[in-house]
Amino acid sequence: MIASRFLRNVHLGIKTLLLHKMRSMLTMLGMVFGVGAVIAMLAVGEGASREALDQIRKLGSQNIIINSQKPVEQAASGAMNVRMNIYGLLYDDLDRIAQSYETVDRVVPAKLIRGQGRVGGRTLELRIVGTTPEWSDLVQRNLIAGRNITQRDLDENSSVVVLTEHGVRRLLSGRQTLGAQVLINSGYYTVIGVVQSEETQSSTMQTPDQNIDAYIPINVAIERYGDITVSRSSGSRSRELVELHQLIVQVDSIDNVESTAAAIERMLELSHPKGDFSMSVPLALLRQAEATQRTFSIVLGSIAGISLLIGGIGIMNIMLASVTERTKEIGIRRAIGAKRKQIVGQFLIETVVLSVSGGLIGIGIGLLIPWMITIIADMPTAVTPWSVGLSVVISVGIGIIFGMYPALRAANLDPIVALRHE
Amino acid sequence: MSTIAEAQLSSMRSDPSGAPEQDEVIRLQQVWKTYRMGDQDVHALAGVDLSIKRGSFWAISGSSGSGKSTMLNLLGCLDRPTKGTYLLEGKDIASTSDDELSDIRLKHLGFVFQNFHLIPQLTVQENIALPLFYLGIIGSEASDRAETLATRVGLGERLGHRPTELSGGQQQRVAIARALANDPSVLLADEPTGNLDTATGNSIMELLGELHAQGKNIIMVTHEPDIAAHAQYELVMRDGNIESIRENPPHHSRAQQQEAQA
Repeated sequence: MIASRFLRNVHLGIKTLLLHKMRSMLTMLGMVFGVGAVIAMLAVGEGASREALDQIRKLGSQNIIINSQKPVEQAASGAMNVRMNIYGLLYDDLDRIAQSYETVDRVVPAKLIRGQGRVGGRTLELRIVGTTPEWSDLVQRNLIAGRNITQRDLDENSSVVVLTEHGVRRLLSGRQTLGAQVLINSGYYTVIGVVQSEETQSSTMQTPDQNIDAYIPINVAIERYGDITVSRSSGSRSRELVELHQLIVQVDSIDNVESTAAAIERMLELSHPKGDFSMSVPLALLRQAEATQRTFSIVLGSIAGISLLIGGIGIMNIMLASVTERTKEIGIRRAIGAKRKQIVGQFLIETVVLSVSGGLIGIGIGLLIPWMITIIADMPTAVTPWSVGLSVVISVGIGIIFGMYPALRAANLDPIVALRHE
Repeated sequence: MSTIAEAQLSSMRSDPSGAPEQDEVIRLQQVWKTYRMGDQDVHALAGVDLSIKRGSFWAISGSSGSGKSTMLNLLGCLDRPTKGTYLLEGKDIASTSDDELSDIRLKHLGFVFQNFHLIPQLTVQENIALPLFYLGIIGSEASDRAETLATRVGLGERLGHRPTELSGGQQQRVAIARALANDPSVLLADEPTGNLDTATGNSIMELLGELHAQGKNIIMVTHEPDIAAHAQYELVMRDGNIESIRENPPHHSRAQQQEAQA
């Protein structure tokens, strides 16, 4: 019976609000935009952060990536004469890292050499990645065809290569892929597998793999290309000696990643006083991205909160006007025998109906805006279910909070005075 | 025309010490209503004693400021006496809470106002059913009862209309039907014909007369003598107290009395 009386009140509230359609709609606007803003902002923020987090996760949250880096002073003098730049990670570093830390599961070395792939008349600039089979465990990508490099390939010094999907499309389209011979920097390799690779490279972080990679066994790379590379730029020649270009360290658990990274960095700093290496810890980036995202959410949430507050005040304003306007009605109801709490209930329900209607329209707009942003601006957005739930709760909450004062004012009117009101 | 008999008057005024009679609906004993205006106390009611029997029809009149409005508000349980005892159906009003007072209005009283006071956004049927809503009677039972009441006041055909679509007389009939919805012990009418032309006013008075004939207790405030003449008892107030109470001969309208005199 209480339920049907409540429904009766809701029905009456809707009816009363429909009497002043224009006014009710204008009053709802604050809620509509407030709720719409909350959902849309959270969806845009969530979309952006999901993209960033996704990218970081692709780097592997248990991994530490160490890259060889040309020291600054040498980079400056390098162009002046034909001297040898010797820098970067050493074969010794690989063993030392692998053996010194209990928390390190494995270390995967990589030699990265610029090269050119050629099949028939087609050529493609490649990045030759000389590495071990464990690379494919740490940098997990979909294998489209064939197989990855195995320990046997290393043992047998096999001239085999795993290309990316992109590389295959450019070099071998229309041909039999697996078993094809590819000429890379004056050496023939047999294609044994094709992997998917990251098509997009974000500017803030670089994934270990690129779409122009050609994976070969590391000992084959050392044997064929050695440690010295020669590059020509604007008339001058420069030679570089780099033993290893990259080490990917896998730590046994996420909890140990940051402490292990710090320890490795301290050790490498001792043996590399020139600072010819750089470290990136995806987990740290992840943490940072999450912190940024949190700040972003707080800022957006505050803005949306303010618009909801203004929406609520708008509703309160109209309800106060409505109470004044309907003083006589309140007097009649009280004279007939309505209790104070019943008057409170009536006006409160009316306010909640108003704010929830606004909230529901706002949810519609909040769903529409991210969808349009994705279509028009090509930005990823993700509407989170909890933001919709939160909006409903906020709508009801605002109705109750901002409706309470006008409702109490209505209920506390003296019925005699209210009846005499014209 | 009968003159005021002192003996009759005193019998109408309740004895302050006397026990309530069986057929008594309302009993006022030394009721005071005092308002504070600046640093002065104004006695809107100054020690009123009154006893109203079940099924009687009263008209309260008096000049403005005589306390008749205060009297009606008090009898209608919209207000509480500052001092004294007001027994309605044997219950003392002075010591009740606001909620209890609302409950008494809901169960025992019905109001008819000068300006009809219908709720504009509700239909005739919904207006009549309003007290039923607060009594917890809703749905088809409420609409059936509202329809019966509308028919009783002669508006059975206008259930779905809005108050603004009705004439003044029709609106007052709706208001009367609404006041009857809770089957009240006392029907209180504040200048029920004040906003109506004479003919319409007379038809409303006839309706009230019918209701009285059916046993309803009616208390009406009016300043028009020929409207007051429809009542069984005419009570005149002056300076916050009862100046006179006169009993009209039963079932005689003012017009009939004038004819008899002529």
